[in-house]
Amino acid sequence: MDFSLTQEHEVLRQSMKEFGERVIAPKVREMEETSEMPMDVMAEMAKLGMMGVTIPRDLGGTGLGHLARMIMIEEIARISAAIGMSLQMLHTGAGAILGGGNDEQRKKYLPDLATGLRFATLAVTEPAGGSDPFAIQTTAKLEGDLYTISGRKCFIENSHLADIHTVTARTGEGPRDISTFIVDKDTPGWRPGRLEHKMGLRGSQVGEVILENCKVPKENLLGAEGQGVRVALGGISAYGRPGTAACGLGILNGCLEAATRFAKERILYGKPIAELQAIQWNICDIYLDLETSRLLVYRAAWMLDTAQRADAEIAAAKFYATEAAVRAAKKTMDIHGAYGCMNEYAAQRYYRDAQLLISAAGTSEIQRMIMVRKPLS
Amino acid sequence: MKIVVCVKPIPDPSYWARLPLDPKTHTLRREGIPNVLGLLDKCALEEALRIRDSCGGKVTVVSMAPLSTLGTLYQTLAMGADEVVLLSDRCFAGADTLATSYVLATAIKKLGQYHLVLCGDKSLDVGTGQVAPQVAEFLAIPHVCHVLKIDLLDGGRVRVKAKTDDGHIILETDLPAVLAVHRGINQPRLVSLMGLVAAREREIKVWGASDLEVDPARVGLVGSPTQVAQVFAPQRRRRGELLQGEAEEMVRSLMARLEQAGVMPT
Repeated sequence: MDFSLTQEHEVLRQSMKEFGERVIAPKVREMEETSEMPMDVMAEMAKLGMMGVTIPRDLGGTGLGHLARMIMIEEIARISAAIGMSLQMLHTGAGAILGGGNDEQRKKYLPDLATGLRFATLAVTEPAGGSDPFAIQTTAKLEGDLYTISGRKCFIENSHLADIHTVTARTGEGPRDISTFIVDKDTPGWRPGRLEHKMGLRGSQVGEVILENCKVPKENLLGAEGQGVRVALGGISAYGRPGTAACGLGILNGCLEAATRFAKERILYGKPIAELQAIQWNICDIYLDLETSRLLVYRAAWMLDTAQRADAEIAAAKFYATEAAVRAAKKTMDIHGAYGCMNEYAAQRYYRDAQLLISAAGTSEIQRMIMVRKPLS
Repeated sequence: MKIVVCVKPIPDPSYWARLPLDPKTHTLRREGIPNVLGLLDKCALEEALRIRDSCGGKVTVVSMAPLSTLGTLYQTLAMGADEVVLLSDRCFAGADTLATSYVLATAIKKLGQYHLVLCGDKSLDVGTGQVAPQVAEFLAIPHVCHVLKIDLLDGGRVRVKAKTDDGHIILETDLPAVLAVHRGINQPRLVSLMGLVAAREREIKVWGASDLEVDPARVGLVGSPTQVAQVFAPQRRRRGELLQGEAEEMVRSLMARLEQAGVMPT
């Protein structure tokens, strides 16, 4: 078993690290204060080809794959989990089209998404349900060659940023008659709703998407009618969950760096607190959580790259890395003492950001439900 | 325009605090420490890529380093270099700047025609700043250090702006020449994902002593007139001393101590 990364992956990590420190780090304070996405950062990411990491080369991407995507998001989220989350959701929007679309749809949408000329997102959650995707109330009725979609989506990442929304809607009376559609934001009837004010991940957009008699051509149906949950969950499983897990890795990295730096600098009882066993154990726990999470996340990505079924492994990676990020952020706060509560220190930001990863792309309870299918099957 | 860029993989500066010194070999123990390219080396490569992109030509990166640095050098391909030549041989180990420059210059000659050799002013780890001038001497071509700006002129000449202690100086010289670039000449590009894919098509050649036909007496430790006598981590201890007495007496005492410490201008 070879755990080493390729030269390509190592160079990618180095470049993403430099990008994060050079381009994103100077924006973090402003993002915290304004909750606004720095669009110049998005443009820089697009210029470096970061939007098309998993889109095949013949469709305008680089096709570097899922493991490369994890490394990239990890390094971005190390500096800003908000940017990491926004980026990973753009991949998820494109991934739903890549995984569920036909050749015509892929050729029509993916080249622009790969280069960042346009942004995509996936809109499933509604007030009636997110974890239960069959509970949605948005409807799509076929009249002639057009579907008329009406409904309201909530907690949608990149809600106001994305040009293309992949939305689920009810297309029949049966409980499982859900279909997925590509909706361009220029379609009459589409409009962004409320932009949420979040406790963490400030700077990434989460908000409502409203569809009022939004007419889309039937060519925009992704996959077959009635297969919408499969298409949407396919995107969430292959892109949304690993991407969220990689954001957890980024926070874990940030926590380990912040905790060790502070512990070495802070003097108590005449010596750095890093020499106190209680502090060492906390740092050790963060280190162990990072290492364990990384193994789980990278393995899941490797399975995706090698076209293996990986639902349980992805769920395990998402569950563990995000829960670990919350644990690590708490310990980082503890190590910092009162300083950890101050805005000048990143510890409090990690704490607020990490918690938001838990509900994204399926809560920890949902991940447990997915994981347990494997041993019980 | 054929441009050669000399680079040196160095231990990642973020690990320097834990780089142990070997008291026997007087070298750093680099096991487990990742290598990176220094900023000035990347500036030199960036300048080369910009010249190539505007004038056409080819950028070849040359580095004398262990084989374990292949991954680090891959970064230069991903940034856009056309080819990389790694000069690696056990007999090159322990080289000082003179022996290093000799090997680099020999490799540059072997590459054939070239118009420009670009280097960083100095490496980030050792920082002697000697390699670029020495390479130029071995190649018997002009060199300019501390370069802040490069303008290619007609007739095979180049105009450069170089930093001096008091400001800057504008110089012109014939090509080929060796130019050692200073911090601030440019902002090196980040490796793009497209660059990573493009690098798959490019090559890293490895040349050893036999490929270069170097004089064995002039390479590595045996070819190095500079020998490291001692290597140690500086002890940073502060010691306060209270001077007492009349002001004039204390000033005189202070001046004497400063002179003794060698910090007074002569």
